[in-house]
Amino acid sequence: MRAVALIVGRELGAYFRGWSGWIIAAGILMLQGVLFNVFALGDNEKLSSKVLQDFFYFSMGMTLVASVLLSMRLIAEERHDGTMVLLLTSPATDWQITLGKWMSAWIFVLLILAASFYMPLMVAVNGSVHPGHVFAGYLGLALVGAAATALGTFTSSMTSSQVVSVVLGGILAALTCVMWLFSRVASPPLDELLAYLDFYYRHFQDFREGTIHTRSVVFYSSVTFFFLLLTQKVLGARRWR
Amino acid sequence: MIEVDGLTKYYGDIRAISDLSFSIERGQIAGFLGLNGAGKSTALKVLAGFLLPTSGTVRVDGVDVVAAPDKVRRRIGYLPEEPPLYKEMTVSAFLTWLGKLRGMSGSEVVARLPSVLERTGLSQHGDRVIGTLSLGYRKRVGIAQAIIHDPTLVILDEPVSGLDPLQRVEMRKLVRGLGGDHTVLISSHNLLEVEETCDLLLMLGDGQLVAQGSEDEIHARIGTGASFEIDVRGDVTAAVTALTALPGIAEAKVTRAGGEGAPSEVTVHLAGDDPATEIESAVSALVGGGFGVSRVETATGELEDLFLKLAGTQEGEA
Repeated sequence: MRAVALIVGRELGAYFRGWSGWIIAAGILMLQGVLFNVFALGDNEKLSSKVLQDFFYFSMGMTLVASVLLSMRLIAEERHDGTMVLLLTSPATDWQITLGKWMSAWIFVLLILAASFYMPLMVAVNGSVHPGHVFAGYLGLALVGAAATALGTFTSSMTSSQVVSVVLGGILAALTCVMWLFSRVASPPLDELLAYLDFYYRHFQDFREGTIHTRSVVFYSSVTFFFLLLTQKVLGARRWR
Repeated sequence: MIEVDGLTKYYGDIRAISDLSFSIERGQIAGFLGLNGAGKSTALKVLAGFLLPTSGTVRVDGVDVVAAPDKVRRRIGYLPEEPPLYKEMTVSAFLTWLGKLRGMSGSEVVARLPSVLERTGLSQHGDRVIGTLSLGYRKRVGIAQAIIHDPTLVILDEPVSGLDPLQRVEMRKLVRGLGGDHTVLISSHNLLEVEETCDLLLMLGDGQLVAQGSEDEIHARIGTGASFEIDVRGDVTAAVTALTALPGIAEAKVTRAGGEGAPSEVTVHLAGDDPATEIESAVSALVGGGFGVSRVETATGELEDLFLKLAGTQEGEA
């Protein structure tokens, strides 16, 4: 675990020392604030729980975008700059490298989510909010962030271009949100499978409404593990190329 | 001790290195010498654990690079041709981080860092951000990262490439100083570079080891690689026969046939280790034999010549 912690520490340092982490965090938080003000609060009176649901709805989209943007550089940048050799010739295993890279992006996403907490807090101050609803919503966002950063880590391992990485990641992330559309035109049993793979309707909807279902926790965890495993295999395969 | 046995690496269908076998004693400085594309960098990447071999074994202190990669990587420091550096970090922070990643405790790194900085001439630059350093100093940081964890084997791929003459001299001195404490393996396509720095030469040609041994051993086998051109007037075939009969002449061939009354150019490859004496003997033999000699031009031992000769030797032995 020491190697994972060292990689996480360096990567987080790179986010904070460079401009990209700050720009992405600022951009996401600004958009989230605007969306909260315009759509979640709106002009008409709403129940606090409805405001929270709207907040978590667009926050999920923002989390996906932040995750893909933050993870695009993880491995692609190292390959482009020729620094991947430092990790690959160290005693750290491919799995530790993968975990360290992913975890750093995920922690940064969690920090952005933490910085957005003032919005539900405002709702709580001015209305009535059940803490469980807030907890469920943020747990859902954290799980979406974990899965999306794992997806981004994988696309970053496929190329030495951050642009290609973010485009691939963006396409895959967008697909995860429109699987329900494909499920409508597919025949059984494929329709059920596609619907299950949808990030929003089948899984995040419950978190948004304040409910935690084990099946959704398992789903996001499985997606995270699946993409991390793919990343580890890509790193391993490159040693044999 | 480094033991390499039957090392082969393919990139898809392309064979990069084939059946390399050699060993390097602890504390020796060995040099991979070869033309561009000879497979030097690939061999070093495999030895560093960056790439896995298609077949064959590499053992560092008896530990196999494929069977126990993490244990072997702990014992290896590797500097590719382009130094891999996190440019946003300071020199000290970078080296400390790498030392820990390679298995050192925090206190071990703190204790070792000053000596590594001093050895690589970076004592005054520990707090500098790497991105602000010149290429020469970046190379030094590259060597520092390769030795920060006190590895058994230090692998340096073209450590002097891109440096100016003064930096080259300093870098050679630095590499030379690594011997004894570490086993060092460097690569170069410059014969003089390797001769000045290394105890053991490993000559690669087309992915295969074409010669290995000390500088003296290789010269005893193939000569210095020196050659000279000479313009000869008269029966050039007889002149070539006279030259090849002399001791210390490996080969003589007509490289430009002369016309009516014009001299022919003959290129002579020397096999001995005293080019000046051999050239004098050759000229004396030709003049004594009644041939006209109008121009003699010497050439130093070109790597290409050496490899051509070695390739010829290999074919002859096969």
